[in-house]
Amino acid sequence: MSLRRPSKEQPDNFDFNPASLEAAKSIIAKYPKDKQQSAVMALLYIAQKQNSNWIPLAAMKCIGKFLDMPYIKVYEVATFYTMYNLAPVGKHFIQICTTTPCMIRGAYKLVEACKEKISENENELSKDQSCSWMEVECLGACVNAPMLQINDDYYEDLDKEKTLKILDKILTGETPKPGSYRGRLNNEPENNRKTLMDLKNA
Amino acid sequence: MLKLKVNEIDIEVEEGLTVLQACEKAGVEIPRFCYHEKLSIAGNCRMCLVELEKSPKPVASCAMPAAEGMNIKTNTEFVEKARKGVMEFLLANHPLDCPVCDQGGECDLQDQSMLYGVDKSRYKENKRAVSEKNMGPLIKTQMTRCIHCTRCVRFATEVAGVTEIGAIGRGEDMEITTYLEQSMQSELSANVVDLCPVGALTSKPYVFEARPWELKKTESIDVMDAIGSNIRVDTYGWEVKRILPRINEDINEEWISDKTRYACDGLLNQRLDTPYIKYNGKFEKASWNEVFNIIKSKFKNTDKDKICGMSGDLVNMETLYIFKEFFNKTLGSHNVESRSDHTYLNSKKRENYLFNSTINGIEEADFILLIGSNPRYEATILNARIRKAYLQNKTKIISLNNVGDLTYPYESLNGDIENIKRITEDSHEVSSLIKKAKKPLIIFGQSSLKTKSAKYIFESVKSFLKKNNKMSDEWNSLNTISENASTVGSFDLGLYKTVDGSNEVLKDLENHMFEIVYLLGVDNLKFEKKNEFVIYQGSHGDKGAEIADIILPGAAYTEQNGYFTNLEGKIQKAYKASFPPEEAKEDWLIINELAETMNHRKLFNDKDELDSSLLNQINLFIEKDKSIKSSTVENIEFKQEILKVENEDYYYSNAIARASKTMLECKTAKVNLKLTGTEG
Repeated sequence: MSLRRPSKEQPDNFDFNPASLEAAKSIIAKYPKDKQQSAVMALLYIAQKQNSNWIPLAAMKCIGKFLDMPYIKVYEVATFYTMYNLAPVGKHFIQICTTTPCMIRGAYKLVEACKEKISENENELSKDQSCSWMEVECLGACVNAPMLQINDDYYEDLDKEKTLKILDKILTGETPKPGSYRGRLNNEPENNRKTLMDLKNA
Repeated sequence: MLKLKVNEIDIEVEEGLTVLQACEKAGVEIPRFCYHEKLSIAGNCRMCLVELEKSPKPVASCAMPAAEGMNIKTNTEFVEKARKGVMEFLLANHPLDCPVCDQGGECDLQDQSMLYGVDKSRYKENKRAVSEKNMGPLIKTQMTRCIHCTRCVRFATEVAGVTEIGAIGRGEDMEITTYLEQSMQSELSANVVDLCPVGALTSKPYVFEARPWELKKTESIDVMDAIGSNIRVDTYGWEVKRILPRINEDINEEWISDKTRYACDGLLNQRLDTPYIKYNGKFEKASWNEVFNIIKSKFKNTDKDKICGMSGDLVNMETLYIFKEFFNKTLGSHNVESRSDHTYLNSKKRENYLFNSTINGIEEADFILLIGSNPRYEATILNARIRKAYLQNKTKIISLNNVGDLTYPYESLNGDIENIKRITEDSHEVSSLIKKAKKPLIIFGQSSLKTKSAKYIFESVKSFLKKNNKMSDEWNSLNTISENASTVGSFDLGLYKTVDGSNEVLKDLENHMFEIVYLLGVDNLKFEKKNEFVIYQGSHGDKGAEIADIILPGAAYTEQNGYFTNLEGKIQKAYKASFPPEEAKEDWLIINELAETMNHRKLFNDKDELDSSLLNQINLFIEKDKSIKSSTVENIEFKQEILKVENEDYYYSNAIARASKTMLECKTAKVNLKLTGTEG
């Protein structure tokens, strides 16, 4: 885990758009009166989604004011959790799982694909500023290893070629279909019985 | 009471204490870094581990409540091993730079590693390095040394009331910083330097100045405001190197304001070190004999009613006393005044100018009304107490004016004196709040006593309180925040000339009625000089010396023994830590010698005689004051006026602060922060 610092280039201001504002309010409503600070994590996440996957300082300030808590407290939370991005990561944020099961199944081939298509280094924006990639720890889809996550969607059962195709689509602005890329439904067994129904002695 | 055992010794302690506190009661010292009496419990340094019978693991004593029948052991091998382990982890990332660290010699980590440290390291890995943080002109950071005790974070949040310091990142990457590395917006900020158990936060103005064992330590009293904070003055030869707080639970607890702590470099600059005489608009050095003789002939040739004496804000009581004696006895004049502006003073009884509820009493109060006061700047330590009271009891606080952030929430009225009228006539919601409260606090700030309606405000509120029985021997809710360290002292000694509370001497002075003006450390006087002959006695070449014709170089508060009475009326003695520079003399001595020149007789034979005479006078005065019945003045004409709270230039309020580079830096840091517009 590298040192997490806010980006040098910051937008001047940030405001919740109507959809985010509504989401924020519904979250705050879950907490007792005067305990609205508890919503800070959820609000940071909402801000991150609204602002193409990263949280500018202005957003932290906005949340601080919104929840009536000191800026430094929001800043503390935002720097503590690794899933908050403090610098731009592009509209398409690609996270490649490189924990053991995925690694054994060839996750580093996916990393190579990202290096070719997006950027040489981790956390570096692509030329058109639209995406970046990063290695992360287990995303909990070991059965479909290797896999990667783009924004909210999982792309599973990949290899280098499939990844390259997905990235091409992403870079041209299309949204590739999420899920398994070996024709599986979710994580069903492959090339074999799918259920126990036709097994007599089961 | 709980019965428990510490190292096989039976003790009884009150309920609600922690194991660490119980051990301290039993006389057992527990090493600690994060625990601090005045702050909340964090329990994150793990240095205070002890063995608890029936507990398989060592227990962090600072966070463990003491319970009945506990058997605590602190001297076993088990405890020693646990603490050694903790110390090894703390030192894993702590740099070995004690020789270049300012904390060396008074460092908790250094001291405790002598007991629990292992002589060699088992770590081959690199130590972590952390970038330095900007925390303003007072605090130097060396964050590599930080052991993450979070005392500074808790102090800023709890005591100072400015949540600006925090811990960002996590695990090994955790770092303490202010929000976006701005300086901390608090007048108590430098207390984090004392709190820091290692050398991560050190004093910027004191950087590489001296080692603690080289310094002479003198316990003394602060004069930067009327609180009378207890301080320790550390000197190296003549120079005052630094000022630290001393614990006094009744006054400043463990804290002092930044001005108290850092104005001391002003003691080195702008000093008057020899007598001066002004010839043709230019100051020339002179000898004491010359100046005394000139003054003598001037005094001899002038009508005694044409002479006046004004005393200043940092003058100790011995000097005030001998100054008054000199005027009354040697010159036969009664034109002596200690107020350098038109402050209203009801001198009939001492309670009229004291903070009667006492500073400790603030914590008991159940309602606070501020009239024309910004306690944050007028009395920083007192403001911290109000915040403490607010945190403990959620005390309701109302201010007549909106004076900005006071570090606690308060309601504000619009500043119109009409409000006071309505409160005292029982037709304002505040009236019932005062009446309902068992222990209300009504605090008059200087701004309220300087307005044209000062008399009306003060006397009508006083009679309202009196009428509602809020001024008894048990609880006197009438409180004034005095302006300066010498204010209460000079009122006690009678350095004023007034019938109805106005400042008659100053009025006459402004009308140019006097021929000779003797200024005793007066630097805050707004006065256009015409033909007056001005004698200035004081320590700094400031506003007073500028208009002087003769300068008598005196001593600063660290250079002479002297009594000061704080705003509660507590008399305290400041001790001599250093000596006056070159030709300069202690202030009382100058006046005594001048008196000797005048009519060949000293006023006092020595300092002891002066001291005992002064204390006698004060004791008599206080005795007499007790027998006077407190009275009220009725029927004062009401005039419509809007009360304005003048925020005095906090970092520039007296001659010493004005001569201090550090105070200038604080001032610019504050101005710059305002300019960036990032504070809101």
